[in-house]
Amino acid sequence: MGKRIAKEVSIAIADAVKLAKAEVIAAYPITPQTHIVEHLSELVANGELDAEYITVESEHSAMSAAIGAVATGARTFTSTAAQGLALMHEMLFIASAMRLPVVMVVANRALSAPISIWNDHSDIMANRDIGWIQVWAENGQEAVDLTIQAFRIAEDKNVMFPIIVNIDGFVLSHVIEPIILPDQEEVDAFLPAFKPKYKLDPRKPITMGPVGVPEIYFEAKKAQDEAFRNTPKVIKRVWKDWAKRFGREYNAVETYRMEDAEVALLIMGSLAETAMTAVDKMRDEGKKVGLVRIRLWRPFPVQEFRRAVSKVPVLAVIDRAMPPGAVNGPVATEVKAALYNAGRKPRVVNFIAGLGGRDVTVEDFEEMAERAAFYRKKRPKELYETIGVRES
Amino acid sequence: MGKDKGMMPWQEVPFGLYILEPGNSAEFKTGNWRSMRPVLDKDKCIKCGTCYIMCPDMCYDQRDEEGYYLVNLYYCKGCGICMATCPKGAITMVMEEV
Repeated sequence: MGKRIAKEVSIAIADAVKLAKAEVIAAYPITPQTHIVEHLSELVANGELDAEYITVESEHSAMSAAIGAVATGARTFTSTAAQGLALMHEMLFIASAMRLPVVMVVANRALSAPISIWNDHSDIMANRDIGWIQVWAENGQEAVDLTIQAFRIAEDKNVMFPIIVNIDGFVLSHVIEPIILPDQEEVDAFLPAFKPKYKLDPRKPITMGPVGVPEIYFEAKKAQDEAFRNTPKVIKRVWKDWAKRFGREYNAVETYRMEDAEVALLIMGSLAETAMTAVDKMRDEGKKVGLVRIRLWRPFPVQEFRRAVSKVPVLAVIDRAMPPGAVNGPVATEVKAALYNAGRKPRVVNFIAGLGGRDVTVEDFEEMAERAAFYRKKRPKELYETIGVRES
Repeated sequence: MGKDKGMMPWQEVPFGLYILEPGNSAEFKTGNWRSMRPVLDKDKCIKCGTCYIMCPDMCYDQRDEEGYYLVNLYYCKGCGICMATCPKGAITMVMEEV
């Protein structure tokens, strides 16, 4: 077992990619992802990581190069944020539909305009339907663990889909945390070499990405979705194996102090840890508050989620992206869709908080829990409520 | 895969819609897009091969025993380029019957 040491999370993620023995890295630097790919380029330049580091002229090219690299059977990593993820957009659908297991860390950041380099979830929420597995880290250790796991999950023969590990920009990417990096032998034992059944090889030519005429496109998309919806079986098996080897557990839906809860908060990403502090404080005051986090955002774990919230009367869903003209924020929209046909379900109240790097404090979570409790007996009038916005 | 061969249910769609046999585009039937078909008047034809050269889908790649170029209707989309470029006006386009 590796030692617990203080490390910047971005550097630790790069070290995790090195431990996973990535063979190709194609990346374009963008705040707040920069330190991850900067450190990887250092590792490659110093000969510490035997990989091809492709410097590209844009994120569109980064994803294109990553797709090409993984298609040849090379373990491939990239990373981006915000505008960079937006620029990759069209290529992201291609990676998933062509079953190419690229591993990507997204250091979540607000989309412009106004220009913002700070953290929220608007970048990834604009990419919900790209067909990538999407998981969320709440702290540096999880970011490292999920990055190593991502290779094994994505490259499993029963998965073969690309995967995004979401980490909050700055809040996670730029902080120094105590992190255990596993030993190389431990990672080697956990992560087998990438051996895809099909790859681009001039000795055995195949075609990837042919045209899908109207007679076959629909069947191809149905086949893709069915295969995608089957991936949680492997994801859960990998998490079980990880827990056995490293003692840290991961679940598609994580719950905290949900027993007898009368109000539950729901959030994804690093703010979940602030929310836990708020839950502890409120529990100490005798308030029955719990917390739900969706670790596996895609494919959405409908059954686990329904089970997790079946007994709580009110659920406060905290979105970190503004939904212009939509009914709710993206997470609340998803959650409501998952619950609409469920037997026992809570009332859902939607809060929008923490946009563009705005802090969300323990007190803010307390306020959200209190407002949500108020709606236990009364329907909310507004589609969503904002937290922390100055008003005249 | 040929359009006439590739109408499989979603359960049988190849992994990632990959094509595992090289060069199988020749199996792809394009002839059923056609609304007009070329018809050759052998009395006017001088066997110059302009149709063979000009056809964008190489449909005139076979000749009969007398040397006339034969159109392959498995691929012919009925674009009419052979008719338009024939120096003797030996090709006419006629409506396909449904």
